[in-house]
Amino acid sequence: MKLKSGNDKVFDVINALIMIVICLVIAYPLYYVFMASFTDPGIVNSGKLLLWPEKLFLGGYQKIFAFKPIWTGYWNTIRYTVLGTLTAIAVTIPCGYALSRKDLAGRRLWNFLFTFTMFFNGGIIPLYLVINKIGIYDTIFAMILPGAVSVYNLIVCRSFFDTSVPDELIEASKLDGCTDFGIFFRIVVPVSSTIIAVMLLFYATSIWNSFINALMFMGDQSKMPLQVILRSLILSNQASSVLSSGTEMIERQKLAEQLKYGVIVVSAMPLLVVYPFVQKYFAKGVMIGAVKG
Amino acid sequence: MVRVGMWTKKVKKKIQHNWRLYVLMLPAIVWLAVFAYYPMYGLLIAFKDFKAASGIVGSPWAQPLWKHFADFFSTSVARTVIVNTIALSLLTILISFPIPIIFALLLNQVRGKKRRKAIQTISYAPYFISNVVVVSILNVICAPSGFVNTIIKGLIGHPLLLMSSAEYFRPLYIISNIWQSMGFSAIVYIAALAGISPDYYEAAIMDGAGKFKRILYIDIPLIMPTAIIMLILMVGNVMTVGYEKVYLMQAGTNTQVSEIISTYVYKVGLQNAQYSFATAVGLFNAVVNFVILVIANQIAKKVTDVSIF
Repeated sequence: MKLKSGNDKVFDVINALIMIVICLVIAYPLYYVFMASFTDPGIVNSGKLLLWPEKLFLGGYQKIFAFKPIWTGYWNTIRYTVLGTLTAIAVTIPCGYALSRKDLAGRRLWNFLFTFTMFFNGGIIPLYLVINKIGIYDTIFAMILPGAVSVYNLIVCRSFFDTSVPDELIEASKLDGCTDFGIFFRIVVPVSSTIIAVMLLFYATSIWNSFINALMFMGDQSKMPLQVILRSLILSNQASSVLSSGTEMIERQKLAEQLKYGVIVVSAMPLLVVYPFVQKYFAKGVMIGAVKG
Repeated sequence: MVRVGMWTKKVKKKIQHNWRLYVLMLPAIVWLAVFAYYPMYGLLIAFKDFKAASGIVGSPWAQPLWKHFADFFSTSVARTVIVNTIALSLLTILISFPIPIIFALLLNQVRGKKRRKAIQTISYAPYFISNVVVVSILNVICAPSGFVNTIIKGLIGHPLLLMSSAEYFRPLYIISNIWQSMGFSAIVYIAALAGISPDYYEAAIMDGAGKFKRILYIDIPLIMPTAIIMLILMVGNVMTVGYEKVYLMQAGTNTQVSEIISTYVYKVGLQNAQYSFATAVGLFNAVVNFVILVIANQIAKKVTDVSIF
């Protein structure tokens, strides 16, 4: 277009630069940790910006693979995530559908009761006491049930059904003698793969990443998820506990440093590997939720 | 009476008509009762001297009723944690509210749909990373031997104790927060921008408006309603700053600024088992938060006609 002014060109150049800087700032810390996890700790500790592994050193990973608590934590996280996500989907999606039906008796009341808990809740101590009272403290249920509904996710589901399942379809199936169960399982569920994928993603990431719930509702060290193990290794500085006591002092220190990077990589990896394949559902979900605010 | 009778009849008929929908809702209703409203009932212990053995009903009322609240406000910790909570969250809102908007506006101007998509995908990747991992990364890159300190050394000549000094706690919290959530928060704005009719731009180009002017006079006014809703939601959560991350970032040496109401509740409540006292502090926090949300919503409604309820 010949109308394009010089100012717009300047704008484009500056804008491109800003975008490049933003992408670098976002990606570099992750890349750095990844590189540092298999570079010689001597080089990493010199504080250099790492661009490629200058001197390969895999001692850290060898120790990590041999360190049992990490893998117990991994296994726990996988169990909690799979069971928690399935439960949450089984609870949230039918409810989201029911709330989207305009002929539901008491629709406004239920919507209010659910939404209200987003803005006001009992807080952690009363919740902790409930968990204790119903006898699920330190059991797998304490990791699954409190998070079985996220009201935000429920609203996302409701908005989805509001817009994507036309009322006429429901009316027509009713005339054909379909009950509400039939409508839900045979008509609604088959056209809902998008929302199911979105919910899988939302719930699975939030359970995989959750940390404080385990700290509050679990007691036994052997039942702790990966996030708790990771925190005690890195933030409470117990990385050297991974190393057997026989190792030489200098070697120990060298390894302890590298272990930190390796442990971060091992725990963040699964989500980042899956991310490129599922990210489109992520944006979709956020958009469905934003329609209704 | 007749009216009430008729009303209940109507409701009964309606429920009879679609009781199956209630069956679909049942698990969620049970969840709502047990994990949302039962704990709200548990808030009663803020006004009692709760003893686990006697339960909520059996525990004696506090003398006077507001004893635990009074206790809280008489400590010097109260002032510190309230100020810390408000300071941290206002600073976070002030800085992390406009940044996603600016990012979305600029991204919208990048030419090539594929390029835009790629940048957007990179931008919200950090949202998938847990707080524990984020704080762990902060810890290693901000360590005296980490690369962040290499850059700082280049600029000012000596490294800084970033993770353990109180003065860097807030900047680090806010910067890492932007890193985590900028792309995610921008999603709604990017979508709002994509929905703007090209007619506006065509008319503006005819009038000779450059890109910068188009952003200023078309984009910004049209995404305003979205921005206001986001702002109400942020303000309405003023008292509930991401407490998991704050807790993880706490080092013995920075608690003078990093101890906030929710981390304090966690510590006195669950670590010291002062249930009634901690519940009172938590309740105070929740009520203030709720009141602020309602006020923010009302102001937005009056001034701009946009509100969340």
